Amino acid sequence: MNVGGWYEPGSTLLHRTPAGWKFLVLFVLAGVVFFVTSPGWLGAICAAVALGYAVARVSLRRCLQVLRMLAILVVFVLALQWWLLGPVPAIVMCLRIVAALAAANLLTITTRVEDVVSAVERGMRPLGRFGVRPDRLGLLVGLTLQSVAALSTIAAEVREAAKARGADRSVIAFTVPFLVRTLRHADELGEALAARGEGDG
Amino acid sequence: MIEFEGVGHHYGDRVVLSDVGLRLPERRVAFVGANGSGKSTLARMINGLVRPATGRVLVDGLDPSRDGREVRRRVGFVFTNPDSQIVMPTAGEDVAFSLRRSGLSAKERAERAAEVLAQHGLAGYADHPAHQLSGGQKQLLALCAMLVLEPAVLVCDEPTTLLDLRNKRRFVDLLAELEQQVVLVTHDLDLLGGFDRVIVLDAGRVVADDAPEPALRHYRKLVT
Repeated sequence: MNVGGWYEPGSTLLHRTPAGWKFLVLFVLAGVVFFVTSPGWLGAICAAVALGYAVARVSLRRCLQVLRMLAILVVFVLALQWWLLGPVPAIVMCLRIVAALAAANLLTITTRVEDVVSAVERGMRPLGRFGVRPDRLGLLVGLTLQSVAALSTIAAEVREAAKARGADRSVIAFTVPFLVRTLRHADELGEALAARGEGDG
Repeated sequence: MIEFEGVGHHYGDRVVLSDVGLRLPERRVAFVGANGSGKSTLARMINGLVRPATGRVLVDGLDPSRDGREVRRRVGFVFTNPDSQIVMPTAGEDVAFSLRRSGLSAKERAERAAEVLAQHGLAGYADHPAHQLSGGQKQLLALCAMLVLEPAVLVCDEPTTLLDLRNKRRFVDLLAELEQQVVLVTHDLDLLGGFDRVIVLDAGRVVADDAPEPALRHYRKLVT
């Protein structure tokens, strides 16, 4: 699995902009592209996002990764929408998706997860009186990303082991060890968190 | 000081520890034993991850079953599999996660994390994706995430099992230099050179408790 959204260190204007602002801009942009219907304007927004990649000096390799991901998605959406709604709505929808996803990717490339989390924590603080625990949020985000990486590693290893036994088509040869190892991973993770004082209040 | 008083434990019907009594004032203590001998369970009792079914454990006079939080502040724990110990996306963030309740600002936490990483052979890795580190580096990261809290005791449960020889040596050399009291659980007998005391467990009982040389002689005889 391509761990697509990791942070790329840098010191450009976009890296230095506070995470809260970037988050807000992303939300506004995602909202705006769904009200704009002119392909011209949407194209301009896409160009602006592309400019953001240039400002952030994102490496060519990362740009190609993002493009490949978008291309696969766009081909599917374009074909489906073209067939259902015709060419113009299909292009509009694709431009919307490209603008929003490319901008979201730019945020994760230029922003440490910790910074996003503390920005969200600050935003959530007023909800504290309703029982929301903002400090748990950071852990939730970290663990989500961690689990994606961990589960994809386990899946790859289990698939290899099944293949080595000539059982690469067997559902059981994949499912059983995958579940066992996932549960064991969950146990170990729980222990490690307890040892690090999580749950001690 | 770590003390075990008449400690026993069982998982279901299977007895894993019976009547273990130990006082461990030494700086370097190892638990050695075969798989299933109870050594990991005993180690987990030191920071309250496992509560003894009978008897009690004391760390500096505190009972981990009652004062878990206070004890875990004094006792760091490094597990076998670094992949399950790393909870944040980058090395720096993971170490900083340990400091989340320290009252330091985010910037101070990040600086402190980078410092600790640099002291233990991971200089320049603070922004590095944690899961792209090598196995040896991941285990160093797990160690850093504990050391940043400056615990008085460090318990390591087979920390070198998944490492290659070079990384194993490096990890052990690092352990040797620490000012912390170290309790090392292992069945890797090469690691115990500088240790003050080796405790051999077999089927849940202490069968030898001595300097490394004689204790390991006993252990070798036990397994052959």
